[in-house]
Amino acid sequence: MHMEEQMSFFPQPARSLSVFELNSHLRGLIESDPTLQDVWVRGEVSNLSIPKSGHMYFTLKDSQASLRCVMWRNQVLRQTNLPQDGSAVEVHGSISVYEAGGQYQLYADQIRPAGEGLLFQEFIRLKNKLEAEGLFDEERKRPIPAAPRVIGVVTSPTGAAIRDILNTLRRRYPLARVVVAPAAVQGDAAPMEIVQAIQSLNEIIQPDVLLVCRGGGSIEDLWAFNDETVARAIFGSRAPVISGVGHETDFTIADFTADLRAPTPTAAAELAVPDRQELQDLLLERQAQLFRAAAEVIESQRWSLSQSHHRLQRSSPSARMASARQKTDELYRQAERAIQHRIALARTQLQGLTQQLTALNPTNVLERGYAVVTRAGSLVKRTQDVQPGDDLKIQVSDGAVHAKVTENGESNE
Amino acid sequence: MNKDLDLDALSYEQAFEELKTVIDQLEAGDKPLEETLSLYERGQTLFRHCTTLLEQAELKVQQLNADGAVDDFED
Repeated sequence: MHMEEQMSFFPQPARSLSVFELNSHLRGLIESDPTLQDVWVRGEVSNLSIPKSGHMYFTLKDSQASLRCVMWRNQVLRQTNLPQDGSAVEVHGSISVYEAGGQYQLYADQIRPAGEGLLFQEFIRLKNKLEAEGLFDEERKRPIPAAPRVIGVVTSPTGAAIRDILNTLRRRYPLARVVVAPAAVQGDAAPMEIVQAIQSLNEIIQPDVLLVCRGGGSIEDLWAFNDETVARAIFGSRAPVISGVGHETDFTIADFTADLRAPTPTAAAELAVPDRQELQDLLLERQAQLFRAAAEVIESQRWSLSQSHHRLQRSSPSARMASARQKTDELYRQAERAIQHRIALARTQLQGLTQQLTALNPTNVLERGYAVVTRAGSLVKRTQDVQPGDDLKIQVSDGAVHAKVTENGESNE
Repeated sequence: MNKDLDLDALSYEQAFEELKTVIDQLEAGDKPLEETLSLYERGQTLFRHCTTLLEQAELKVQQLNADGAVDDFED
């Protein structure tokens, strides 16, 4: 229904309104007020009922007044914990009019225990204050040592958190020494005990890393970890601090102040130490590296040894002798080759000479009809070689004849 | 270099750290053979020490009391 139509009702007083029209008008008025559409109302729950429909009906009241409340099924299902009769709560929702019953009521979408809102305001106030002071600065967060020798733990000595932490440390990194400083982790004394535990661990034990932990719980249960003194003790810790408070979704001032925030105590223990398996792998890698490095040195030593050996051999007398011997052998072979060559040459020359000799053999000439004339064993070549009366021997191809010189005449016949 | 006598007193990190130093020295490659071999031996010893520590370690859990005394922690 629009405003214009509503306004038009009143200038005509003669016209009466139906009940529904009135209630609708009221509903429109209420629903157009932003304050009433987004409101937190605190009170005590009574007459709570959830019929089969799944919707939740209850009355919120204090000493002076009461308010009918409805929460629809889909919103009911979304609540983490539902109130009971008598619960002091704060309910969020919008006010509207149930026309059929003539009732205005709170259509609730969120319910929280009373006081939580104040706690939240306090949380925001402290968070802003400490943030402004620089307690949460990233630059001041210290690195967590890779392999701490001494781990300080601030938590309840009887809770689930310490069991989870010790189990995790035993499984992952049993090399460490763990010193637990017991502290109440909820209740009025908790902040002071946590602060003392952090301080005395730092003073007496001087751990390499400090775990500040608590298992899951309601926001009130975790409240000690939103305490300013606890935040300042964490900030002032000499050892870097890992916080592990509540569950994944819980963020406390201690978490913001810690050097490292873990979602749970178990996760805090995991973040504090390396894993044994990883260490073993790393160790095996180191061993392989050691072997390679040594093998390389030995290999290079062996190489330079063999180099030296070669040099030594080259410069030793026996080496020189061997070298000389080799040289001799070579010269010898060279000489032999030369001699062989000479011999072959001589043989060829000889053959030539023999052929020449054969060609010059006088017997061959005699065959062709020439004759050899000798006088007393001397070859007769000229007329003056003989005198008339000399005995001559004339050799022809098949023998010799003897003749006597009758005339020593002119050379031309 | 530490003597073998010191070995038992070496924590895991100390032994692991020394192993790293030994490897660095070997990798520099400027050591005589004899020293190389003894470095290698030392490295092997450190490796075995670390392995033993890893395998046999038992988490030591203590409790720091309000009066500053340290007791065994019973969990």
